[in-house]
Amino acid sequence: MKNVGNGITDYTEKIGRQTIAGVEEIGNGGFLLLESFYWLFVGPKLKQPVRFGAVIAQMMEIGINAIPLIAMMAGTIGAMMAMQSIYMLRIFGAESQVTYGVAFSVVREFAPLITGILVAGRSGSALAARLGTMKISQEIDALKVMGINPVRYLVVPALLGMVVMVPALTIFNMMVGMLCAGLYINADLGISLAAYSEQVIDILSVGDVIHGVGKSVLFAVLIALIGVINGASVTGGAEGVGKVTTRAVVQAISAIIVTDMLFAFMATR
Amino acid sequence: MNGEPKTVIEVEDLVTHYGGRKILDGVSMNVTEGEIMVIMGGSGSGKSTLLRYMMALERQTSGTIKLLDQDIGKLNQQEMFGLRKKIGVAFQGGALFSSMTVGENIMLPLYEHAHLDMMTMEIMARMKLEVVDLAGFEDLMPAELSGGMIKRAAFARAVIMDPKLLFCDEPSAGLDPVVASALDDLILKLRDALQMTVVVVTHELDSVFKIADRVTVLDRGHILFIGTVEELRNNKSERIQNLLNRRPEDETIDPDEYLRRLTGEEETGGDATL
Repeated sequence: MKNVGNGITDYTEKIGRQTIAGVEEIGNGGFLLLESFYWLFVGPKLKQPVRFGAVIAQMMEIGINAIPLIAMMAGTIGAMMAMQSIYMLRIFGAESQVTYGVAFSVVREFAPLITGILVAGRSGSALAARLGTMKISQEIDALKVMGINPVRYLVVPALLGMVVMVPALTIFNMMVGMLCAGLYINADLGISLAAYSEQVIDILSVGDVIHGVGKSVLFAVLIALIGVINGASVTGGAEGVGKVTTRAVVQAISAIIVTDMLFAFMATR
Repeated sequence: MNGEPKTVIEVEDLVTHYGGRKILDGVSMNVTEGEIMVIMGGSGSGKSTLLRYMMALERQTSGTIKLLDQDIGKLNQQEMFGLRKKIGVAFQGGALFSSMTVGENIMLPLYEHAHLDMMTMEIMARMKLEVVDLAGFEDLMPAELSGGMIKRAAFARAVIMDPKLLFCDEPSAGLDPVVASALDDLILKLRDALQMTVVVVTHELDSVFKIADRVTVLDRGHILFIGTVEELRNNKSERIQNLLNRRPEDETIDPDEYLRRLTGEEETGGDATL
């Protein structure tokens, strides 16, 4: 009985510790965001500006280099959406209404979600691994002793790069996804691309696009902060870097999905 | 002026903890201008921790640390920024940025603080590379350098702003004796050429005897000895002699403590949280 009691105590203690650690991480994220704003706006006055070149480098890495992957996934998902929608609507004999399903799904939901997940897997993990490696090899300490604030030098460029490029990739995702869906619909139902485009423009409002792009900005902030917090919490050498990298990806994708649901709930009230 | 050397680093009653464990317990020491102070001690004695506090990488909660007459515990962000420009650090593993060339690594402090044109910064970087015998290596990546070359490049970066204080963490660790000796010569050369005050953490006795003006010996978080190399050699303390003669100490373990370690039980009310 004593062992069972100890087991329950240990388990409860573990849950308590993890809860406290989770709350602490959320607090760290908020503080990190505030500190990033501080360096972005106050840094130039202190003659410690965020380097434009570093932001461009991050934008290239996060955005431009991800274009082939995003294009491939957006095209595949767009075509898949068209296939599934036609299959489902055929039951009711309403295949011609397929554009409704595809347009809303891709623009409001799939483009931001898939882009967020891909960027989290590709760039969020890279950010966590980079910061983790820099921490264990004392490169972060080296920045500090040189009087270079690591948040200004490393975090703000990554955050800005994400906030600019994730929405840009989302818009790109929307366009490629809609195009590939249109091509499939044209091939399957014989609806011309011109008619399809006209339908899409009629169906979608600016608000739908803002809905999709707006949440992609939130996803960008989440990916950057989760990557940085995990990278900065690394302990134990190369194995530790692997752990925080995996953790960053899992946390970022989970956070994106939960945020997406909350955003959808609030935006559809 | 009475000719007495000026104190540039002053540590007073420094107490630090890691988790619940006390690492440094009432450490007080000072370093005077232009001298090479070596901090030595066995593994876990607290020497690297002391160095981290002296470099202001950690903020102390107890005791005071003054660098160049400034109490680092009382400095605001901008004052600390100003102080950091006067400090150079050569880390144990070099800590060169792997995504930059050697030249870019060395120019980074200039690029961030000095606001000079690129040509001037390149010339200054080449000059410092020449001082550390790495002329012509500026375009290589850190991964293309040997261990000794990485450490020398780290020294070049540490002194690029002509700091008043240079901190070196285990400069000869992991190097063969010849390269280690060359690094010791480099520390002496830098001190003389740039008239810096140097603090070196090491457990390499050969280095201690070669470069130290004074030596601080740490043992389990306490200062065991501060004095010149000669005084160190002549010190009769058993612990000092064990350290100098590389003799392991007999550790007396309390039987109850030993039993607790074996069973993995924590001492009730203890602070061993790690």
